[in-house]
Amino acid sequence: MAESLFEVTYTPDSRLRHPLRLFRQMFRDLWKSRGLAWRLLVRDISAQYRQTALGLLWAFLPPIATTAAFVLLNKGKVLNIGEGTNIPYPAFVMLGMIFWELFKEALNAPINSVIKAKSMLSKINFPHEAIILSGIGQVLFNFSIKLLLLIPVFWWFKVSVASSVLLAPVAVLFLLLFGSMLGVLLVPFGMLFHDFSKILPMITMLWMLITPIVYPPPKEGVLSKIISFNPVSPLIVTAKNWVVSGFGADSLAFWVVGSVSLLLLFLGWISYKLSIPIIIERMQA
Amino acid sequence: MSEILISVENINKKFCRDLKRSLWYGIKDLSYEFIGLNKINGHLRKHEFWSLKNVSFEVKRGECLGLIGPNGAGKSTLLKMLHGLIKPDAGKIIMRGRVGALIELGAGFNPILTGRENIYINGAVLGFSKKEMDKKLDDIIDFAEIGDFINAPVQSYSSGMKVRLGFAIAAQMNPDILLIDEILAVGDVGFRAKCYNAIHKLNMNAAVIFVSHSMPSIARISSKCMVLNKGRSIFQGTADNAIQQYYSLFEEEKLDIQYPAGSGEALIERMEIYAIEGHENEIFRFGDSMTISCDIKVSPKYKTFLISITFMNQEMQLIAQCHSGYNKVVLENDGHSKKIQITIPKLILNPGTYAINVIIFDETNQKYLGWYLKAKKFKVVGEFVGGAHIQLLGAWNVM
Repeated sequence: MAESLFEVTYTPDSRLRHPLRLFRQMFRDLWKSRGLAWRLLVRDISAQYRQTALGLLWAFLPPIATTAAFVLLNKGKVLNIGEGTNIPYPAFVMLGMIFWELFKEALNAPINSVIKAKSMLSKINFPHEAIILSGIGQVLFNFSIKLLLLIPVFWWFKVSVASSVLLAPVAVLFLLLFGSMLGVLLVPFGMLFHDFSKILPMITMLWMLITPIVYPPPKEGVLSKIISFNPVSPLIVTAKNWVVSGFGADSLAFWVVGSVSLLLLFLGWISYKLSIPIIIERMQA
Repeated sequence: MSEILISVENINKKFCRDLKRSLWYGIKDLSYEFIGLNKINGHLRKHEFWSLKNVSFEVKRGECLGLIGPNGAGKSTLLKMLHGLIKPDAGKIIMRGRVGALIELGAGFNPILTGRENIYINGAVLGFSKKEMDKKLDDIIDFAEIGDFINAPVQSYSSGMKVRLGFAIAAQMNPDILLIDEILAVGDVGFRAKCYNAIHKLNMNAAVIFVSHSMPSIARISSKCMVLNKGRSIFQGTADNAIQQYYSLFEEEKLDIQYPAGSGEALIERMEIYAIEGHENEIFRFGDSMTISCDIKVSPKYKTFLISITFMNQEMQLIAQCHSGYNKVVLENDGHSKKIQITIPKLILNPGTYAINVIIFDETNQKYLGWYLKAKKFKVVGEFVGGAHIQLLGAWNVM
């Protein structure tokens, strides 16, 4: 009986000193967290719209509103995009916005989920991966709801979907990876100093403007230089093209950003694991 | 079988009083953690203090360690470390087996979801699968005694109901180690009794650490006790002795005899308490007699007056009274100082520390002529610490 007891030791040493033990613990916790992550996901989704009159409609309204705004700006010649898009402009913006919001929500999800779970974190010990997983799950849920919007829009503007759309989930995965990777890396410092959560909306605002979402990627000029350094651009451009243009839309940059994200996400996971006790300790101060 | 399930060796923990600085130290600790260096723990940085210092103890299966101490002594910090929520700054903690915690019940409840939905969520937080929860659901609803409310959103629950539901879920775990933090303060008497029974049952097969400010609960549940004060373990031993130690922490408090409240028309010029005349003392054995002797001067305006003596425990609750009017004694007054002696033949207060308050009323028992809060303090010692304030002496007959 004594042999079978699970033993944990807490010491002040950094857990990085025993990397193998840390990795084992990480994967064990990830495995243990699946049931809880699912529960939290169901809880958050079912609680999300319960106290609203419009319910699920709230998932659709933001992308419709932004799309409408840009379509009006373009119609009124305030924006100078003209006929440069490969599909009708409203469908073009809507498609771009949905992918952009996927990235944006994935970026914000980790820190928001941790903030929401604050009282639980400081009182109960549970596999903390569950918080992040359920946050990402919620992002995916919101994304799939918004995809439904595309059906009437594509039908109305007679946009046909290319067969390469079968590859689009890869692009979705990369956007999700890239966004949540940045988000997870922000958690330790963002939880200690709230400056991060204040500055994040500003950054994403500016970031959206230098990403080809409401305009096609320009071939030359300053903007084209900036865009080429923007890691989200290849992800979004590839995603959009796979939906409407066809194969061969992926660039080398797309695959590089995707795989680097996967690697950095693992590092982010380690940093998250290491920082949670310190965050809890300082939260109660 | 009595394996050691909790072993704590010389742990230290520091905290920072200043928020901004605390966050900055947090960043520093994070960077040390990331580069795999150990924090520099020997000394305190600016604005830091030891929340726990050199605390060691062991708890075996079947034992219950009661943890007592004034507010801010480090009890909750210690529990958080045992639970693995925060890391110690020095020392080592070894926990063997499945850990359950009854700390802040119902953390993770979502107010707009129903009780039933929340049971599954809370169960998942504690590590139960849906299947396991399906089996336990009826027991939980029964235990929590919330009836039809189970299908109502948790925000419509009273605080007692929330705690009941939280406890009912947590009590379904079969932990090897159970941490309990001052949770039974809420809830009615019947439910509290049920909780104590549940804890007792869990304790038979688990090592329990129990934090409470209620000394009767500590005395009832713990098999041994630790007193924490300012982060240090100042006593470990039996519950009775620990409780005496705990009460003695408050003894430096100044007594108020010089500054009476009330109209000021009555003064206590001298007051002493003793068991044997001429030997003033502050420590009485349970069952001793107690004589309160005092010189009282009341303004000649009043022809008679009343004296109320109340006994107050450490938690400032009044638990016993001796009143001249209720005892049908008439105290006549002529404006001169009067020597009054009151003897209580048997002091049957639960062992602990008490204070005596004296109030001098006019004949109507309405007007406060003099009001002495904590005029004297005394201690009752005995071989037991009971669960109630008054320990009646019965004449027992076994037929």
